[in-house]
This record gives sequence, C-alpha cells and structure tokens, in this order.
Amino acid sequence: MVAYAGWELPVRYDGVIAEHLAVRSAVGAFDVSHMGEIETTGPGALDLLMLLCSNDLARIPIGGAQYSLLCREDGGVLDDIFTYRLAAERYLTVTNAANHERDLAWFRSHAGGFDAQVIDRAADYAMIAVQGPLAREVVQAIASAPLPERMTIAARTLDGAEALVAGTGYTGEDGVELLIAPAEALGVWNALLRRGAKPAGLAARDTLRTEACFHLYGNDLGTERGPIEAGLGWCCRPGGGYIGAEAVSAVREAGPAEQLVPFVITERGAARPGDRVIGGGVVTSGTFSPSLETGIGMAYLPSERAAVGTEFEIDVRGKHRRARVETRPLLKV
Amino acid sequence: MAEASYPQELLYHPEHDWARIDGEVATFGITWHAQDALGEVVFFEPPAIGAQLTQHEPYTEIESVKAVSDVIAPLSGEVIEVNDALGEAPEAINDDPYGTGWMVRVRLSDAAQTAALLTRDDYVALLS
Repeated sequence: MVAYAGWELPVRYDGVIAEHLAVRSAVGAFDVSHMGEIETTGPGALDLLMLLCSNDLARIPIGGAQYSLLCREDGGVLDDIFTYRLAAERYLTVTNAANHERDLAWFRSHAGGFDAQVIDRAADYAMIAVQGPLAREVVQAIASAPLPERMTIAARTLDGAEALVAGTGYTGEDGVELLIAPAEALGVWNALLRRGAKPAGLAARDTLRTEACFHLYGNDLGTERGPIEAGLGWCCRPGGGYIGAEAVSAVREAGPAEQLVPFVITERGAARPGDRVIGGGVVTSGTFSPSLETGIGMAYLPSERAAVGTEFEIDVRGKHRRARVETRPLLKV
Repeated sequence: MAEASYPQELLYHPEHDWARIDGEVATFGITWHAQDALGEVVFFEPPAIGAQLTQHEPYTEIESVKAVSDVIAPLSGEVIEVNDALGEAPEAINDDPYGTGWMVRVRLSDAAQTAALLTRDDYVALLS
C-alpha cells in the first residue's frame, strides 16, 4: 500500500508481472476508488462543459462517454478526464485523485453564468475497473442485464448492488469500469474475485497503460505542456470555444517544438520517469514491459527527432541506453 | 514468491544484503526482505570477474518492473565468480534469494570487516 492524495492505494497484491499478464490473458480487477467524480446538471450543463472540456460533448448521446482535457487559457493541461452523459442534462466527469479539488474549483469558478449545478460526488462512488478478455463475462455473470458496449454507460444491478457500468478502461483491453456506493463496493469486489477476477494493483495498471500508450497525468501531462505536444490534438475540437482553444490552435498551426512519443529500449535495462534524453528531451513514463519483456516508455523529444524509427539514447543512472521511437500503441492488443 | 526467511548461518548488511563466509571466500546476495520490497527482478547485470568490491559501496544494480536499486557489498574483496545464470533467469533472486539467487563470490581482503555485519537475529530485529 502507498499513500497518495489522501488515499491508501493498493500497489501490488502478489506480483506485478502475474497481475499484468492476468489482465492481458484473462481478467483482473483494480480498486480505483481514489478517482474523483464531478456531476454537472441542469439546462446549462452542456454549455458549461463545452467551455471547460476540449472535446465535443455535444456529440455524445445519452449513455455516451468521451475523453477530454481541461486546459488553462495558455493551453497547459489541468487534467485529463472521462465524461459520461447519464441523462439529457446530467453528466458525470471522472477526475484524477490528485487533481480533483482543483478541478472542482475550476468547474465552480466558471459556472457562474450558466444554469447548471456542479456537485462533488467523489465521496459517493467507489470505483472498480474490471479489465481483460474475460472481463465482460465475469461482470455479466453478476449483472441484471446485458452490459453496455464500449464507450457507453448504463445503470445495472451487480450482485444486488446498484452500479453505473461503463465500457471504458485504462489497460488497452476490453472491459468495464464500475461506479458503486462505497458501502456496497466490497461485496461486488468479492463477487468478482469469486468468479475468477485476479486482484491487480496500481503498479500493474501502470505497466498496462504504458504498453497501451495512455497518458498518466503528472507524468505525461501537466500544466507546463499542451495537448498538441502530448499527441492529444484529436480530442481538442477544431472549432474552439473551450478555455485554452486559442493557445492549442496556435501550437497546432505552428507545429509543436516537442512531441510525446512511445519508445522501446533496444538493449537491456529500463528507463524511468525523469531520465534525460541525450541531445534534448525527457522520459515521462518508463517501465519494464511484462508483455514485451523489454524496457518501454514515453518521452518528450524535439519534433525534428520524434519520427517513428528514430534512434536515440537515454541517460539511465549515468549509463547511455539505446532506444527507438515506436508507433502507438506499443503493444497491439 | 517464497516465504520470508533469514538463515541463521549468514551474516547480514543493514542495506539488506547477505554474506555466506567460507574461509577466505564469501558468497553475496540480497535478503528476502530486499527482493520482496523490489518485486519481480527483471534484469541483473553481474560485475566483471576481477572487480574489486568495497564494503558498504554498490557493486551492481538490479532492476525490477517498477524500480532499479543498487546492490551493496557487505564486505570488501575481489570477485572470483559471478552467477551467470541470473542473466537468463533473474527471477531466481525472488524465488530462492539465498540459494540459486546468489550473485557473486568474492575473495575477501579483510576478514575483520565482518565485525560491521549483523547476525540473523539482529537483522530481523532491524526489520521490525
């Protein structure tokens, strides 16, 4: 267990590699209850969210889901979030634990001119991610009705407990994420484990998401860099109208000075976050990959040296390790 | 991974390394506690034969999925043998830290240095 943002987080149950491979080959369950939730409701909810979120929430139907960024005016990223449309005028946004209070204050500070309510729901939901090729089968066995498809959300009863079931995740595998009242979460967790889900910790979640090239806020995303540098221009709507849009568009047009790229280490060893790239650049995610059995990661490189196939060297504790820019995702699931 | 254990016949360094002394030669490795804290070891690069190790100083590093860590020499001396099998099977460090997970054999340069090491009971007391 490790302390983080006021939570005690389960990092490892029996072993990172076994937990990782269980998710790739069967099914793992992650306790991600530290994630925060913000509900935005009312006739002006969509307009408020369209101001705050980089993506185009007007496009998602009831029951839909969408990934977005919260940006400052200068384009710096405040958080990366998933927003679910629960009803016509009711949205639920899942935040990163360390950013939740700042996100909530950001939502509230901009809500003034809108006919919308911003409600802190972080204490109302525990969250369990069930991921892997057998994830849906295991959850379906305790569910009251067929599970929602990928990138959608629906209310279901799971082993007698009311839950929101979302077809989303952070591993690159199929699966679902479950939002449950804290008092009922342990019962659902145990029911999943009885049906074969292997408990998986946050260390395995990190190796899985790195293979899938999903960003981790605080490592690959932060206020000092923008969405274009991070390769997230696809979730920034071209028409603008959100906070930070002008700054994002300016970088898009001029071209970013540096870009986040996935890499593999082409010899032994693994690079770690903070390791410097020789000639400029920095590793922001780095780990040993249990599936690829080599060092992998993501690094910001100067754009002129960020093309796929480019070889470079990383200073790993004083030793130069050779690496190569790869296509994303690093692991093709 | 194996159950926690700390053999009586070994001497221990407070940085979680062990030494098995056999006359002028000693075998080094890391303790059950060290491998448990690191998690699964994925890379081990042994020092060169002939390398001079200095007590309390790092002589190599081991890499687990989530971290890299120095390995500290419990005693000074010259490396006369390394466990090459760990190159292909570093998981032996987790599975059998006092047996097949041994790291180096060293010809000791100063037998009096053992005074700085801990007995099994003192090391276990340090852990708790």
